Amino acid sequence: MRPMGGMLFFYRRIASPLHATRATVGAAWALALTGATLVLYHPLVLFALLLAVLGAGFGTGVGPLLARALRTALIVAIPIVVVNVLVSRDGLTVFARLGDLGPFGQGDLTVEAVLYGAVIALKVTLLILITTLAGLAVDPDELLRVFRRLSFRSALTASLATRMLPVLAADAQRLGEAQRTRSGGPPSGARARVALLAAVVGGSLDRAMDVAATLEVRGFATATRAPRLTRPFSRHDIAFAASAAAITALAVVGRLAGAASFSAYPRVHMPTSADTLVLCAALIAAVLLPFCDRRGIDR
Amino acid sequence: MSAPILSFERVSYSYPGLDAPALNDVSFELQPGEFCLLAGLSGSGKSTLLNAACGLVPHFHGGRFAGVVTLAGLDTREHGPARLGGFAGALFQDPETQLVTSSVRAELSLALESRGHGAAAVARGVEEVALALGIDALLDRATHDLSGGEKQRVALGAALAGRPRIVLLDEPTSQLDPVAGDELIGLLRRLNQEWETTILLAEHRLERCLAAADRVIALERGRLACDGDPEAFLEWAARRAPALQTPGAKMFALAGLHPAPAGVRQARATLRSNGLLPEQDGPPSPASAAKRRRRRRSGLALGMRGVWHELRDGPAILRGVSLSLEPGESVALMGRNGAGKSTLLRHAAGLLEPTRGRVERAGRVALLLQNPGDYFIHERVGQEASAQALAAAGLAEMAERNPRDLSGGERQRLALAIVTGAEEDSEAGRPAVLALDEPTRGMDRETKAELAEELRRRAAAGQAVIVATHDPEFAAACARRAILLADGRVIADCPASELLAGGWYFATETARILGGAGGALLPEQGAELLQARALEEVTV
Repeated sequence: MRPMGGMLFFYRRIASPLHATRATVGAAWALALTGATLVLYHPLVLFALLLAVLGAGFGTGVGPLLARALRTALIVAIPIVVVNVLVSRDGLTVFARLGDLGPFGQGDLTVEAVLYGAVIALKVTLLILITTLAGLAVDPDELLRVFRRLSFRSALTASLATRMLPVLAADAQRLGEAQRTRSGGPPSGARARVALLAAVVGGSLDRAMDVAATLEVRGFATATRAPRLTRPFSRHDIAFAASAAAITALAVVGRLAGAASFSAYPRVHMPTSADTLVLCAALIAAVLLPFCDRRGIDR
Repeated sequence: MSAPILSFERVSYSYPGLDAPALNDVSFELQPGEFCLLAGLSGSGKSTLLNAACGLVPHFHGGRFAGVVTLAGLDTREHGPARLGGFAGALFQDPETQLVTSSVRAELSLALESRGHGAAAVARGVEEVALALGIDALLDRATHDLSGGEKQRVALGAALAGRPRIVLLDEPTSQLDPVAGDELIGLLRRLNQEWETTILLAEHRLERCLAAADRVIALERGRLACDGDPEAFLEWAARRAPALQTPGAKMFALAGLHPAPAGVRQARATLRSNGLLPEQDGPPSPASAAKRRRRRRSGLALGMRGVWHELRDGPAILRGVSLSLEPGESVALMGRNGAGKSTLLRHAAGLLEPTRGRVERAGRVALLLQNPGDYFIHERVGQEASAQALAAAGLAEMAERNPRDLSGGERQRLALAIVTGAEEDSEAGRPAVLALDEPTRGMDRETKAELAEELRRRAAAGQAVIVATHDPEFAAACARRAILLADGRVIADCPASELLAGGWYFATETARILGGAGGALLPEQGAELLQARALEEVTV
């Protein structure tokens, strides 16, 4: 049987420039994207970032997975817009009146609330996509190895959690399949569900015991600090480090220089100048340029 | 004689809350460079002995411990598993719980880093152990993407990375196909011969590894029952524990031949010296081996027509599989790990829908999955299946017990009762087909024989039975027809006597000894053939 990893998003080494980059640089690049997403508010700039992240997904070879994550993100994004429209009272351009809503006051729906909700939804979508991309392309073990130098046990626990997620997902899938093959069909009712949940939890505890035994015999109880690894920076390390620096610089400059200024309330203020368009183009270029160099990406 | 690497001195041990000792007054010594097999039925204390050797007993499991175990001169009562781990590598049954990181390279590195090796030593150690075990191509793969055999190799790599002086292995081949199992045993033998690593290996399928061993220790209910070389062990097993005899030894005993062979090579040499083996075996007939069965399409219990299972963004697991099962037919489904056996059974049972092709079922297909424990969600056996189903499975008296306290064979019977229901079920509820996915993992020979008998009984009663298995001996005991899958395709579909007699890996030990002669698969059939040959010799 194909492992559960095929159904959930887990790191898998494939030939791509981002996979070929050391984990610390890959993580820094993802952090730079996250920072830009948090700092910038202009919808056009955020949309440019969204295109760039999706492009990066395809450049990394995980485009279809990122597209699936985008669909999931929309499930979160749409309610954000709806809730913001319903609760926000700050806009001036009313497009629908719901009348007196008692303790919630007048139910006036405004264009400003729709736009601000959409900006927040876009930011959340971007954050989900960036996290997914980092989860798929940045080696968690290599990253946690760095932290093992600081706190061995915490980093090892995080490593174990990362490793056990697909294992436990596969366990849950197996238990579910086993229940479907019972002669009378899967047990139904609240009591059966509780029993099944108890079995899943019991199984996880058994797994934990076995893993603990393995850790014991491998000598992790007496483990010392992980040694420092020194290896030369590859072209991809340099490219993504430069990209992270460029993204951060563009976000800061864009914010301070007002090229990405945006305010929704009380009326929408969204100046779109040539600077804004240059910022969009520069961000897309900064994100995607490291993916153009595909030399030495396989290992 | 040098100092022993491992010594047990009057060791007794009981698990917490249990009165019966899991080990009872066990004493032995293991010298550096020995390859020792641990034999015994399920529950005889093999795993406990290995746990005691690496310090998990008593440090990890608790319980009552008496006697002295020393590993590399260290008393295990004073030194915990972490300290002892510097001298002993351990590999347990389930590779899934022995991999603690997400990538193979990190797994091998972690084992060395945690012992305080420097960066250069870690890099070198990872490279060397990967090359030695042939897993260098896996170094950058994610551990959750590996097959069972690959995971077991990586876990062995992590155990060996620190160059331990002794390796303790608890049924490491139980989840592996015959090819991967043989490779693992070959690897252990190489470690033992080239680097003088001491091996202590607990195993049920002794025929796989007896030829590689210098010594066999047999346990019976926690007591040391036999300690000698393979020949002495086989003599003892013939007298005292027939369930531990290898198929080759059993065939020799039935045919009245001596000495009992430890492996195929020795058996063939003995037969040749007795004039019972032709000087040159003829090549197998390719036409016969590749022949496909033609089946009539009426009255089928299960029919698969061009079934494909293609993963989105992934490979095809099944590629146009067509097969038919008639009522009362018993079929063994064989092939390497990842060949598509489990997927095929899931399609048969309707758990998966083909992406192309179709599946026809004459009735319900009961599927017993690999791990019986996955079926148990209640506290009492009586809650898991109906009283009639329990009575039919011979478990009526255990209705009040916790399913997890049952023995391996009882758990298997209970799981079978859960998926098949009661014999008294209506025609519509009674399964037309019983499908079993690797039902013999970790089972001893006695329990396997019971299960094979149950499957034969069901087939005789008109139920079609299909069993995915890696165990040729079990396949020969329960199936009349065998199907070999490779890369999602059926590459052979013929009588079991043809498939299991004609290969190196997917063949019983009896067939390998006799070179497939007469289609003899089981020791009884082989013994008959040898007796007939002996008679022929005398007549000539």
